[in-house]
Parts: sequence; structure tokens; C-alpha cells
Amino acid sequence: MRDVAAIAAARLAAAASRAVRAGGGTTLPGRLAAWVAPGITGRLSGRLPGGVLLVSGTNGKTTTARLLSGILAAAGLRTIHNRAGANLLSGITAALIERSTPAGRPDGEVGLFEVDEFTLPGAVLATRPRVVVLLNLFRDQLDRYGEIDIIAERWRRALAGLPPEAAVVYNADDPMVADVGRAHRGPALSFGLEEAPARGHDARTLEHAADARYCYRCGRLYEYTLVTLGHMGHYRCPQCGTVRPAPQVRARDIRLRGADGSAASVTFDAASLAVDTVLPGLYNVYDVTAAAAAALALGIDPQVIAQGIAETAPAFGRGEHVVIDGRELVFLLAKNPAGFNEVLRTVLLAEPAPVVLVAINDLAADGRDISWLWDVDFEMLRDRARTVVVTGIRADDMALRLKYAGVPSERVTLEHDGWRALEQARGALREGERLYVLPTYTAMLRLRDLLARKGYVSGFWKQ
Amino acid sequence: MDLRICHLYPDLLNLYGDRGNIVTLIRRAQWRGIGVRLIEARLDDGIDPHASDLYFIGGGEDRQQRLAAPDLRTVKGSALREAAEDGAVVLAVCGGYQLLGHVYRPSDGPDLEGLGLLDLATVHPGPGARRLIGNVVVRDPASGQILVGFENHGGRTRLGSGARPLGTVVAGFGNNGEDRTEGAVWKSVYGTYLHGPLLPKNAWFADRLVEVALRRRHRDATLAPLPDEEEQRAAAAAAARVGAR
Repeated sequence: MRDVAAIAAARLAAAASRAVRAGGGTTLPGRLAAWVAPGITGRLSGRLPGGVLLVSGTNGKTTTARLLSGILAAAGLRTIHNRAGANLLSGITAALIERSTPAGRPDGEVGLFEVDEFTLPGAVLATRPRVVVLLNLFRDQLDRYGEIDIIAERWRRALAGLPPEAAVVYNADDPMVADVGRAHRGPALSFGLEEAPARGHDARTLEHAADARYCYRCGRLYEYTLVTLGHMGHYRCPQCGTVRPAPQVRARDIRLRGADGSAASVTFDAASLAVDTVLPGLYNVYDVTAAAAAALALGIDPQVIAQGIAETAPAFGRGEHVVIDGRELVFLLAKNPAGFNEVLRTVLLAEPAPVVLVAINDLAADGRDISWLWDVDFEMLRDRARTVVVTGIRADDMALRLKYAGVPSERVTLEHDGWRALEQARGALREGERLYVLPTYTAMLRLRDLLARKGYVSGFWKQ
Repeated sequence: MDLRICHLYPDLLNLYGDRGNIVTLIRRAQWRGIGVRLIEARLDDGIDPHASDLYFIGGGEDRQQRLAAPDLRTVKGSALREAAEDGAVVLAVCGGYQLLGHVYRPSDGPDLEGLGLLDLATVHPGPGARRLIGNVVVRDPASGQILVGFENHGGRTRLGSGARPLGTVVAGFGNNGEDRTEGAVWKSVYGTYLHGPLLPKNAWFADRLVEVALRRRHRDATLAPLPDEEEQRAAAAAAARVGAR
């Protein structure tokens, strides 16, 4: 009975929030419902016949969940999914309520939720998931969480609370995630990349942004035979012998097509599936491999998996293409050093030297500490970007970073106003060129909101 | 004239943008035509107290500090102390700052014995204690100049009589969130919680360090002013973020 009242109240709150244009109403209704009827999240998700999938990690949560949504749709399963990226418990609750009948019957077979790294233990307890996907752990928002080891510890605790039949799908290439994953006593499936295409840097050397250089067990520097992205790759500790577990789901024959997508072949046991996606960059190859692994854990047919991946369009701001008055904008969300470096490598594949708009905010969702800008290799832009326009709340910090990266000041434009920055950057384009927009999370929402007000894109909660 | 920099534990204590400090020191010397030599000293590498004029130590989490502390004490300690006694500049940030004190008591596990180069001790009140996180603005009482940055630490540091604070907290927490002191100075040894890229936005402080370091071998070294518009704009924006100034 309380659930009925909670659902009604939450729906009203969501409608009101949208009516006053406060946003998508993706969080408040969930908090309200949990207050009226504690435990409602577990009761609603418990009625999903196909169970719940949780996806967590620093980078790629939204995209991996979206890929899984596409795969499940191709398999004929309807998902209840926090698509708008509200990934705290309140967001999960709100998504369940939005898609439940007034009496509390969910309208879908599978719950698919991206979960904030820190929230994973609570989400596991609340939803009793069937599959948990652990993507990666990068330095991100340390101001919110304190230290990265604390998150790994929380993940260990989260896995200890899983139902015995639940499967953990984890990234073998991330030393800390692999350490968490392989300690899990229940069913587990690991994934990883067997190779990484050359992208203008030595594939045996860690970039500066790499976090996990020292062995978690004994403290020695890992040796790498392959570095894929950040601290991820084929590592081995020369002292205690801790080594990357051979992944069960493996991506190889990876081909990157800059901002236009990528392709790979994913193998599992004797089966091999060719995947092709419009999602750009090596980080999305990881997301594709993770989604494929999770789908294999659910027993979905490889052909259906490949089809679902091919049909998945980028999530808002994550490789999304927007056309404005005949000019194409490509949004590439960049929120931490390793992710930003990979986005830069993806963008700088463009010929001729591209025009780039960098938008840096320091709101809570971005992380209030912008020190990480100094861990990004913006030196890459020195010779390979024609014009860099900087905007956002911390545009001044970004301009300073570019100065010390050696980007000549005549190629840098500082414009605090978001719309004028977009106009300036578009003005620098030549015929047929694209504008690459590299924003932090709230800067991306802000720029998309500006475009939505002018009618170029729809609101993010409608996606 | 040349500046010789030694970066201690570049891939271990490098938590958040610490590299920005090295980049800034190098660039600001180079822009003035001063040559730079950079030495990186990792775990197990010994250091020469006469080979560098400026030693930098960045920040790390408890786990990295635990790896660095014994190495700092036994492998590099006596050379670093000798260099500091001789007037070399030492700049230590966050985790590195804590390790220059007598002792750091982490949130759990045994105490880490520090180098004792700065007369201070740091205690983490435990896993449940609030971390001191946020933008921070500090005033140098001698010059009236301000330092802007970001702090993120669980440990609370208290100075003994042998060190003076680097500055007075205008906004933020500083050493312990209570006595409004931030950082510590003894001779030319500087420690601070302003982590990551302290020097880019505080160009005056970067130049002071470079000048002091150069004067160890070049008595009358002075630095020509640089056009620092970007630096000043970024510092002003950071200060405005916490309503200071």
C-alpha cells in the first residue's frame, strides 16, 4: 500500500520537475519514493523476471549500459534502464517507478542500471543483481571519494553481498579491478583486449596519467608487455608474480576509425563475433567488449550481441554527432586524464589539423578539483590542433594549461560564454570540417542545453 | 646559468597533477633563457646533495606513502638533509609534505616515520573522519601575496617551534582546519597541502623558488619579469571560486 502511495508521489514530482523545466526529474522522485516506502527499490526490481544488471566503473558506465540495452532489445527483452545517467540509488529507484504500474508492476523484463562506483554496495543490496559488470577504476573525483583504494575496498564488500548465483564480469586489463574480480567466489567472467592499435605513443610505456603502476600485493612496479589505455594492459609484477588473468572474452583485430567508430573481433571459447560500432576510440572498444561479455554471461546468442552493438547509437555527449546549420559537431565527453588522453588521440587522427572546443567545469558532478588538467597530455595539441577554443567555469585554468603545454597563444581563444565559444569555434571551421567538442560532464550538459534551447537537439532525459 | 631540478618519486608520489609543478619550473626558467636539467629519482635510487638545486616531492595515497617513507628515510634521507642544510630548495606537496615531518599516523595501520626535515607531525583521526577537501586560499604574511590551490587530505598537521607556517588560511582548511595555518617552512624547505599544480597559478611563488635555488650557485641571480596574464587570470578565477579576494 505504501508502494502505491510512493509511486504516485514520485510520478507527481517527476511531472512537476519537468513542468518547471528543472531538468528530467531523474533523481528527486526516487528520493521521495524511498522516503515514503523504504525498500521499494528491492520490491520493484525483485518483480523483474529477467533480473537486474549493474554496470559500474569510472569510465564507460553510460555507454556500456546503453550497449547492453541495445543487445537486450535485439534479444527481444525490454529493459528498465536509468538511461539519463542518474546513477545513484535515487536514480535507479526513479527509473523503476517511471516504468512501473501504479500498483507496482514493472513494465519490462530486465533492470539495467549504471551505478556510481561509490554506490555499488548499496545498489547490490537494494537490487540483488544477476550480473555485475566492473569496468575500470581511474582517478576521478578524488575530491568526492578521497582515495581510489577506498573504492576498490567498497567493491570487494559489494561483491561479498551478492546472491551466490550472481555473475561478476570484470576487466582483466585493469590490475585493481582484476584483483577485486578474481577474489570473487561465485561465477565470474573476465574480459580484455589482446592488442591495441598504435596511436602515436609507445605501447609498452605508461602514459603520465596512469594510476596503478605499483603492484597491489607487494608494491613493486608492474612490468607491461602492452599498455592499452591509462594503467590498463598486459601487466605482471616481477616480484610476487601477480599477473593479468588471461581473459575469457577477448577483443582483437581492433580497427579505430577516429570519430567515426571502430571494429573488432571478440572471441569467447571457440566462438568469435565481429563487432562494428559507431562509438569512437579505444575506450569504447573496452565498453563493447564488456557489454559482449555481460551478454554472453546471460547466455545471449553471439549473432544477437553483434546486432545489438551495431544498432547502438552513442549516448548523449559520448561520441554524439550534432549538425548545426550544415556544420557537424562531435561531442566527446572527457572527464579524467586517461579518458581525455584517449579522446585527444581520437580527435587528432583527423586531417587536416582539427578545430577543438574544450569546456571545463568544476561542479560536483565534474569533480571540484581540476588539478587533473595537468595530468592530461595537452602537449599533443601543440602541433596537431589548428585552433583551440576554451570555455567553461574553469576556462582560465584551461588556457593556462595550454600555455604551459606550449600551444601558441594565437591558436588559443578564451571565451567564457558557452554559446559565443561555440560560435567562435564554428567560425574557425573550413568547408566540410567538423568541430570537436571536448567537455567535462556538466559543461557537456550546459552546451547541449544551449543547443536544445535553439532546437538543435532534444533534452537529455528524452533520449 | 642553469637550474638543476630533482623530482623525487615521479611515478609514485604524483597523485593529482603534481607534474604541473615541474612543468612550470622548467618553462619559467626556459622562458628566461636559463637552462634546466631534470633528474628523476625513483624508489631505490640514491641522490646527490650537490647535483641539484631544487628537490620536489609530490603527493600520494596512504599506500604509496607507505612505499615511499622507508625509501625516503634510508636511501635518500641524509643526502636530502645535507642539500637542505646547504640551502637547496625542497618543495613537498601533500603526501610528500607529511613525510618530511617527524611522523605520519595514517587512518589505519602503523605509524610512518618521516624524515624529520620539518618540525611537524601529522595524525589522521581515523577512517570515519572528515577529509579536508576543497579550494583553498592562503596569504603569505611577509609579502601579503596569496597562494591559491586545492587541498584533499585526511591527516591533520601541527607544527612544532622549529617550522613556521607557509601562510595563513584565507579560505579552506590548511594544516588541520583549526589553527588557520597552512604549510610549513624551514630554511628553504617548503611543505604545503596545496596539491597538484600549485606553481602554475602562483607564478610569484614559482619564481621565488627558482630564484632561491639559483642563488645557491649564482649569488646574484635575479629573474626578469614575465608576462603572466594567464597565470593571474587563473589565480583570480580560483580565488573567486571560494569568494576570496
